[in-house]
This record gives sequence, C-alpha cells and structure tokens, in this order.
Amino acid sequence: MNKEYMHIILADDDEDDRLFFTDAFDELKINTKVQTYNDGAALMDYLNDEDSILPEILFLDLNMPKKNGIECLQEIKSNPKFSNIAVAIYSTSSSEEHIEETFVSGANIYIKKPSDFNMLKKVLSDVVTINWQYQTSGLNKDNFLLRM
Amino acid sequence: MKIYLKFDFNTICRKILEEKLNEKGLKYRIPSFGEVEFLEQVSKEEMKALTNNLTEYGIEIIENQKTALVQKIKDTIVDMVFSEKDINVKASVYLAEKLNHSYGYLSNLFSEVTYTSIENFIIMQKIEHAKQLIVNDKLTLTEIAYRLSYSSVAHLSTQFKNTTGITPSQFQKIITKRRELANKL
Repeated sequence: MNKEYMHIILADDDEDDRLFFTDAFDELKINTKVQTYNDGAALMDYLNDEDSILPEILFLDLNMPKKNGIECLQEIKSNPKFSNIAVAIYSTSSSEEHIEETFVSGANIYIKKPSDFNMLKKVLSDVVTINWQYQTSGLNKDNFLLRM
Repeated sequence: MKIYLKFDFNTICRKILEEKLNEKGLKYRIPSFGEVEFLEQVSKEEMKALTNNLTEYGIEIIENQKTALVQKIKDTIVDMVFSEKDINVKASVYLAEKLNHSYGYLSNLFSEVTYTSIENFIIMQKIEHAKQLIVNDKLTLTEIAYRLSYSSVAHLSTQFKNTTGITPSQFQKIITKRRELANKL
C-alpha cells in the first residue's frame, strides 16, 4: 500500500474524452499512472493477461465498440481476481434507471461526464481521493457507492 | 442458505497479531491499537519473518513516523465513530487529548498525507457506519440518526446524500437488489 502512485485505467472510445481525462490527472496533486484503452475488448485483454498490473480504479464508458461498458462490468464483477478494483462508470447518460442498473450490477461509482474541464478535474480528484480512503482505511468496499 | 456477518475489526486484528507474535516466541506488549512494543531485542531475521507473516493478513509495519501518526488518527476516529461513544467534547479536543499533539498539527499532517481533512474523514466514517447499520441491522433511519448523534434524520440524510451522491433509501434499494441478483445466480 506504500506504493507512491495510484494506478488508473480508462476505457473510452472517444479520443477527446481520453485526452481530457489524462490531462486532468496530470494537473492533480495525487500521483497517478493513467493508462487508456479505446474499446472494451482491448481493456479485457489487458486485465485478463496474467502479467498485467491491475489498477486500483477503472473508469468505463458505457457505449464502446466490441464490448460495451456493462459487459465489461459484468465480466469484472464475476471474476474474484478483480475484486480489489473499484469500478467507475463514466458516461454521458444521466437516466436514473441506467444509474441504478449499473450500481446493481456492481459498479462502485457513477460519474456523469462533466462538460467543463475544471469541473472534470474536481470530480476526478474527489473520486480518486475517496477511493484512496477505501484502499487505505479498511472500509467495506461492498458498501462503496458514489454518484457524482 | 445464507447468513450475514458483522465483524469487530479491532478484535480480529488483535487476535491475529497476538497469535503471530506468540508463534515467534517474542516478548511484547500492546500499549494501544496499532502499536507493539518489544520487551527484548528482536533480530533482523526475526523482524523480517514477522513482517512476511503479517503481510499475509494485510498488516503492514509502518516505517515512517508521520504515516504512523496518521494511522493513529484514523484508528482513533474509527473507534470513536464505530463504538458510538457518547463523546461530549468536540472531536478536535478528543483527538488532541488522546494523541498528545495540538489539533492544528494533527490536522495539517493528516491533510498532507491523506489528501483529505480530518473533518471529511469523520463524516465519511459516520456515513460508512450508517451504511453498515442500514444493511445489517435493519434499523430505521431515525434510529440510526440517533445512534450516530445526528440532530435529526434530515441532517443524516443530507450528509449521506452529500457524501455519496445518493439517498439512504436509494442505497438500501441498490444493496437489496444486488443481494437478490446474487441469490439468483
């Protein structure tokens, strides 16, 4: 746990969103290592590879080619190997039904993509800080639900 | 069949720690939670073996003094919130007295190491405890608000929503549905 950075992965097919995301983390004071994938299949290939370093937190876009966010979420939640990864849904949708469904399927965090860069930085900083508390303070991850 | 469990983390940790220390035949005492004082010299090899043994249980020996003090602040807060002690003094006074440092010092150190403030950490722990009570004990929100010393249910609900982004009843609904889904599989 005394690793000096937090490992973060984002899977999103939108290039601009990936860029904003990595830029936002560059400006935060928390040390992070951000890796991105542009579809769900590439993400799952990485996670399933035995040599891969698993992230502390994973951000999933819902609409992606090859494998969408919900499919990835279900795969991740059904494999005990991934039980330490916090999953954040990172989406443009704010339908209540959608949000509840992803939480029930095992997502820990639901983020509606902010349209403004400063807002994005604030939201990501909050999410990472709270996740950090779950990692370092022995909180019960089963009860970790956060909507931003 | 399925049963639900509630854990007392302090007891579990202490038991494991004592077991491992006894196995090694070390002479020690545990002055407070999260501290072990050895009563005789411990060799480098013994320390290494102990470290490895404890790592298996997610127990880590903290080398850095600052991190150690932050851990003590956290432990004190968790204990304060989860034991539901009726603490008449303010949390800041309580922490300063318990840990023998000024609150200003503790507060600065805490923010520097954890990226959050002591105040936020206390709120977070209280909400975590509320969640546990909602899930395990089937208490009403009124009962939970009372047990956690909130002035009203509204105050608890607002703080819950501000901290998690969802209301206590949404939280309960999601956890219930998750359990139903898990039982179906």
